[in-house]
Amino acid sequence: MAFPRGRTAIVGVATYGEGESPGYSSIDLAVAASVRALADAGMKPRDVDGLFIGLPDDFLSGMTFAEYLGVRPRLTDNNRTGGSAFQTHLLWAALALDAGECDVALIAYGSNQRSGAGKLIRSSKPPTYEAPYRPVMPASAYALAASRHMHLYGTSRRDLAEVAVAARRWAALNPAAFLRDPLTVEDVLKARMVSDPLGVRDCCLVTDGAAAVVMTRADRARDHAVRPAYLLGAAAAVSHRDISSMPDLTMTAAAESGARAFAQAGVGPADIDVVQLYDAFTINVILFLEDLGFCAKGEGGAFVSGGRIGPGGALPVNTNGGGLSYCHPGMYGLFTIAEAATQVMRRAGSRQIEGASLALAHGNGGVLASQATVILGGEETL
Amino acid sequence: MSEAPDIVFRRHLEAGRFMLQRSRETGAYIFYPRVAEPGTGCTDLEWVEASGLGTVHATTVVRCKPPEADHNVVLVDLDEGPRMMSRVDGLPVDEVRIGMRVRATILRDGDAPLIVFVPAES
Repeated sequence: MAFPRGRTAIVGVATYGEGESPGYSSIDLAVAASVRALADAGMKPRDVDGLFIGLPDDFLSGMTFAEYLGVRPRLTDNNRTGGSAFQTHLLWAALALDAGECDVALIAYGSNQRSGAGKLIRSSKPPTYEAPYRPVMPASAYALAASRHMHLYGTSRRDLAEVAVAARRWAALNPAAFLRDPLTVEDVLKARMVSDPLGVRDCCLVTDGAAAVVMTRADRARDHAVRPAYLLGAAAAVSHRDISSMPDLTMTAAAESGARAFAQAGVGPADIDVVQLYDAFTINVILFLEDLGFCAKGEGGAFVSGGRIGPGGALPVNTNGGGLSYCHPGMYGLFTIAEAATQVMRRAGSRQIEGASLALAHGNGGVLASQATVILGGEETL
Repeated sequence: MSEAPDIVFRRHLEAGRFMLQRSRETGAYIFYPRVAEPGTGCTDLEWVEASGLGTVHATTVVRCKPPEADHNVVLVDLDEGPRMMSRVDGLPVDEVRIGMRVRATILRDGDAPLIVFVPAES
């Protein structure tokens, strides 16, 4: 059976508590975003019968969430492929909606990791055969991948810095972004080193925050949204768990998930108006632009240079400011989806890409280990 | 039931031996120790002593707050095929280079033995 291209749509989107939300638990934040996303779609919690969630600090969050918000799901999914989980939630929600296994799917996430823990919450144990060497995870894993990309392709720290600078320029246009002060390439290069070649400005933020999206079948989408964001493709791939087992440090499984999502959607990279990539570290953006086909392998460094992915550039990437400057509450994937949908719905305010019809949102889980890609489009793309 | 692979590996390491598993059917080496060969599912695994030789595949330096010293973390491609995380001792932490030939040595890390590498030329 082919993917149900355009037969489901996002009709409600909300984010909540990005930055610092002292005193709130992760479930508080996830629910706060969810009621706002439901209200955006003109719905109540009791309308939800498909629940997709994975909180960082609650293994049983599907049940916790259902109880807290008074949802009685027919279908509960807690797939936890790290920050890419939410792209997979959209994939399974689309199949379930299309099959009639649920009618309204809510995909939610929240984390209080900044206020609650002050650092990235780890939901898994460090691997036995890596921990004795004291990598600072996850940064060292991405640093190892970056070292390889630099060795093979001549990618420079300056190229990486261009990614951080573009994100900050977008964040300046997003009132909800955590860091909005101007940032230069020199600032990034001079910042404290964390794990060579990555400095602190190559690393994502540690913030609180929550996001939620509501999906229905296309036949009722227009009853709930002025301009629904239709799901045209969604695909995932897992290649490893630990960085020492990554098959090729400069080629992620985004090459698989992206190719399949594009095939489902019937479009290619050149058709995409706006791109949201999980930028846990600056190297991610370079790897994913290559692996998703926006440029050739090895050319990502040159591609991001000269402001090409920033405001006014040829390819808008991470228009909310990304995990580098907007927010990063642990598993960021749902925020890429929320921003992609917001752009397709044309509600992104001063950072709106004019005439945005096709948006790609790519999630990354673990240490480049799980990759998942979704493509959203406006009604004119059906 | 045979002994768990992790226990066998660590007992060899305590005795000063760096061992890899190898499938009798495919001849492929495996690291980290496991109960089946990835991909094939072969369980006909035997223990073979590693040559200890390898090549640095990727490298980073973890920058620490003083007084803790910076240290390198590398991925090493063993000559037998598998890749593993380790570190390279015997030269300044930021002078480890991709492509460098290295040789394994077993140190004590607190209570446990630890495989680290040194430049193969030394």
